[in-house]
Amino acid sequence: MTLAGDALAVEVNGVHKVFNIGRPNRIDALTDVQLQVAAGEFVSLIGPSGCGKSTLLRLIADLLEPTVGTVTVNGKSPRQARLDQDYGMAFQQAGLFEWRSVAKNIELPLELKGWDKAKRHARALEMLELVKLPDRADAMPWQLSGGQQQRIAIARALAAHPLLLLMDEPFGALDEMTREHMQAELLRICAATQTTVVFVTHSIPEAVYLSDRVVVMSPGPGRITSIIPVGLDRSRDEGTREATQFYDKITEVREALRGNVANATDELSGIEDR
Amino acid sequence: MNKRVVNKRVVNKRVVRIGRLRPFAFGVLALALLLAAWEAYRNWVGPWLGTERDVGKVLGFKLLPRANDLAMPSVFDMGREFGKPEIRGSSTSVFEAVVAHTFNSLKLAVAALILGTIVGIGAAILMARFRVVQRGLMPYLVISQTIPLIALAPLTVTWGGEISIFGFEWQKWTSALVLGAFLSFFPIAVGALRGFNSPDPASLELMDSYAASWWSTWRKLRLPAAIPYLAPAMRLAGSAAVFGVIVSELSGGLTNGVGYLILAYLQEGTSRPAKVFTAVAGTVVLGLLMATLINAADRYFTRNRPRGEFS
Repeated sequence: MTLAGDALAVEVNGVHKVFNIGRPNRIDALTDVQLQVAAGEFVSLIGPSGCGKSTLLRLIADLLEPTVGTVTVNGKSPRQARLDQDYGMAFQQAGLFEWRSVAKNIELPLELKGWDKAKRHARALEMLELVKLPDRADAMPWQLSGGQQQRIAIARALAAHPLLLLMDEPFGALDEMTREHMQAELLRICAATQTTVVFVTHSIPEAVYLSDRVVVMSPGPGRITSIIPVGLDRSRDEGTREATQFYDKITEVREALRGNVANATDELSGIEDR
Repeated sequence: MNKRVVNKRVVNKRVVRIGRLRPFAFGVLALALLLAAWEAYRNWVGPWLGTERDVGKVLGFKLLPRANDLAMPSVFDMGREFGKPEIRGSSTSVFEAVVAHTFNSLKLAVAALILGTIVGIGAAILMARFRVVQRGLMPYLVISQTIPLIALAPLTVTWGGEISIFGFEWQKWTSALVLGAFLSFFPIAVGALRGFNSPDPASLELMDSYAASWWSTWRKLRLPAAIPYLAPAMRLAGSAAVFGVIVSELSGGLTNGVGYLILAYLQEGTSRPAKVFTAVAGTVVLGLLMATLINAADRYFTRNRPRGEFS
């Protein structure tokens, strides 16, 4: 499904990913995956463990290569997009470097890009403003709470002005209250920066609340089973979580996922799902 | 009211100071206990057991040393030795000689540690970078540590005069330096390799996502991640460097350093039996100085890190 007229941020075409090819422990992580993400769109990948959602994210990030098929990011090969730092990434663990101050952590991708010191620092302060932690520039990561660390990780992912943000269960380790707060923050930040997001999650309400479209995936072999447009207004707030339409979409996604589980024949193991 | 506040602050300061000095205080206490035990044995326990003339037997084994001035000179005699001239009529005191020789050994040991650290980290970088190197080099590293050092020390001394690198002649102290470095590089290489491989996969993926080169990843991630692993490795390497230097001074025919001093003073074992213990005290101080230096370096490099995990 394409949003007509928009430029494509991500295009995945006929992709298969097989691990341990030609060996007895062969795993078909992804089969025949088609996915198009329009610029500015927020797309969630959801599915049980072993459905290949993290693998798909890593294919887009060029941390893995497809066995068959092509992936295009901003009209380029994923390799080129990675070299150009077209995307930022955030993981379940904030993964801040404990020996760097908060500001220095945000500056890391800019250092690697060769920005000069003053410009880097100015950008770090700007990003701290964006994630609403303006006075923690000199704090060390271990002095922050889990939610604050995750915000810094998002600030780091967005520091180099990426067009695309790839997130692998970034709020998975947070408590429910912090999590809902972070979701609202993420939507605000995305609206402010016009960033395209591909978001891997285990949580149905999270996927529905954040996304324009929810991509439902299924294991054994890993594949996309349905793509559900959410159709909620883009400006979502706490009220959205109580709207009937929100609940209807949650039910729809849940049923799509349930259908998968019924169809899933063999147990899959060994696929990393982080 | 005001006075009280001032008092409180003074008290707090004192608490902090005592807290910092605690390891030092325990060290002094341990040394005092050791010296007291020494004195107690030679003055009371030895005579009571009758070991003044001959060694004492425990279950048929000759275990207990003779409690006389020749075998176990008094701690006070050792102290007095520091004040005496080194040789009769000489203007330098034993104290000055021990300080000078200990300082010489310290310089050599620190240089050996630095050399060992450079070689060790270099080896660890190669092993972390290339799996093949790790597989090929590790057995040699392990074997290198099984070579008895004392057997090597006289051998390396004979290299003197035969080896000349870029006009630099192999000296006797070069042997001590090389042996100290040889002993210290192994713990560094192993610790650094573990440290370089310690970042979690997510951090490495993050660096990959920035298209960072292997060197950038090493400099910005692997090296800083290795610092907590390097601190205990440095402690092992520091005592290994001291050990290497002293042993090669002892067996390598050097005419300088506290190891040489032990040999020299031992010649006077019958006339001045307490003298050699001044040199032994020098080796103890040498070890302590080395440990202090390494601790200071550790504190400097981990000043911004959460405490309590490794140190």
